[in-house]
Amino acid sequence: MTAVRCVELCKTYRQGEQDIKALDHLSVDIAAGEFVCLSAPSGGGKTTLLNAIGGLEEPDSGEVWIAGKRIDTLGKGALANLRLQQIGFVFQAYNLIPVLSARENVEFVMQLQGIAAAERHEKSTALLQQVGLAGLEDRRPAQMSGGQQQRVAVARAVVSGPALVLADEPTANLDSKTAEGLIDLFTDLNNIYATTFVIATHDPRVMAQVPRLIKMLDGRIVDDIDQRAS
Amino acid sequence: MLRLRILFMLAWRNLWRNKRRTLIMLAAIGIGVWAMIFMTALTQGMVDKMVRDGITALPGEVQVHNPDYLDDPTVANLLPTADSELQRRFGAAGFNQWATRLRVPAVISSERESRGVTLLGIDPARERQLGFVDYARVQGRFLYNAEDDAIVIGRALAATLETGIGKRVVIMSQDPQNNIADRGFRVVGLFRADLESLEKTFVFTGKKTLQSLLKVGNHVSEIAVTGNEYRNVDPLYDKVRRLVDEQVVVSRWTELNPYLGSMLKVMDGFVLVWVIVIFLALSFGLVNTLVMAVFERVREIGLMLALGMKPSNILGQIMIESMFLLIFGLLIGNLLAVASIAPLRGGIDVSVVAKGMAMMGSAPVLYPLLRIQDVLLANAVVLILGLLASLSPAWRAARYEPIKALRKVD
Repeated sequence: MTAVRCVELCKTYRQGEQDIKALDHLSVDIAAGEFVCLSAPSGGGKTTLLNAIGGLEEPDSGEVWIAGKRIDTLGKGALANLRLQQIGFVFQAYNLIPVLSARENVEFVMQLQGIAAAERHEKSTALLQQVGLAGLEDRRPAQMSGGQQQRVAVARAVVSGPALVLADEPTANLDSKTAEGLIDLFTDLNNIYATTFVIATHDPRVMAQVPRLIKMLDGRIVDDIDQRAS
Repeated sequence: MLRLRILFMLAWRNLWRNKRRTLIMLAAIGIGVWAMIFMTALTQGMVDKMVRDGITALPGEVQVHNPDYLDDPTVANLLPTADSELQRRFGAAGFNQWATRLRVPAVISSERESRGVTLLGIDPARERQLGFVDYARVQGRFLYNAEDDAIVIGRALAATLETGIGKRVVIMSQDPQNNIADRGFRVVGLFRADLESLEKTFVFTGKKTLQSLLKVGNHVSEIAVTGNEYRNVDPLYDKVRRLVDEQVVVSRWTELNPYLGSMLKVMDGFVLVWVIVIFLALSFGLVNTLVMAVFERVREIGLMLALGMKPSNILGQIMIESMFLLIFGLLIGNLLAVASIAPLRGGIDVSVVAKGMAMMGSAPVLYPLLRIQDVLLANAVVLILGLLASLSPAWRAARYEPIKALRKVD
């Protein structure tokens, strides 16, 4: 089953006098349960593609389908609901809500989904333990390191069992050890829950570990590598 | 319910992210609300005293007269029904505070001076209930009964006439046949009033004594009835109207003293304007606080939107934050108001401006009047208009594009 389908996506930004094509007639299919890495130099269009898949960026033209449903035509409320129910996000920075503790951040999406407190508590405890943050549940983001914060964000992204997790430069601000740990965590979660992961990065440590690597340049896919074969 | 819970939690915690700003805003709202209530209480206290003094000077919230009496308040225009019949009807109607009077213009003369006055023939037992005279402040004695043939005058009038207790004065008026009716009276008491004008205007003697002097038999010129709420005299008016003949005029105090009636309306309007003016000053601070709070949290709001929080929830969160600010500010303001008004129940001495106050018809002591409806008005204005003012920053926050808001990180 196809988790993500992009058809002829175009997106152009105006920067001063110049038009920059972030997505240039880009088409791609990602199957459910896949672990995909989008790789491109800065300005290559990977974040724009990730945002378009997540319903955060409206393409100028083309189609975006998530789990068989076209989303680029949906309104703000429907897109918010889609993100809430089906997609988990990990952003490069500023991932957590500062006034909430680690546990409350993890439970945030579940609370919006209307999941009961007992179930939320059980799931958040298990996930925080899985990402190595047991005992830090009551800490606020300002009391945690960057790596710990990213792990809380990952826990939040997967805790409600979304079909798709989108991560934008998740290792950009992390040291190599923490970055490796995070990718291992992604891989484990992908294996355990069969969650589809799409990660935008130009971190070679990440690119080396993922099964499928999509290389982009100037808003187009220039290479689509199945790394399991190699 | 769960969403509401997290909205309340986020709003509450965000409120205390910048403690100093929140405390300053709470202090501003609290002081503003205090100023609203305190000034309203002073204004209402002054108006209340003016109206009560005015009604006391009439006195009676509802009065009955001969139709010609209001234009020509003389002995020629008495009520057609005999006093004994009026006594019977009003006595049976169950009014607590009512009296019949003979009120005529007269001239009072001492051996040194003469003055025009309003001469009232009264039944002191009935007038006592109407509160015409503060009996505790009568020097000498007041009238014993309706047959009493002595006279009680105001302290200021006694000074003007250079007379006093035990001395004789001459009262001169007219009988219905336009003959001069005069006789000598002994002054037995000097009454005091908050307003000097009352002391100079009214002179009291027994009702039957005056009826005899003016040769009007068993007739009076007015019936006065007072209820418990001068702001709402219509029920009293209707009850009185049913008791009297159609050809007589029944008047509310607002009609007998249009100045006071309009003053009451003007002051009620003034209170509303005052409350709104203070609110406008407050609203700038409130909106600025919320705009800053939203501006500082653009990325956070973008994150919440990206995670699936609906724009309406963002709007709700900011509105709840505003509501917290308003409710706590109101609480502080109300407590300050009660704490500052309670010690002033005995009155505020403004005798340094007594003449100016007297010109406005007000006594030299102000009694703040804390009316529940004024407190509710101030609270409702602040809460409702405050929430409306908060809609703008909340609406702006709810309309953020999540990705643009998140890009503020970079």
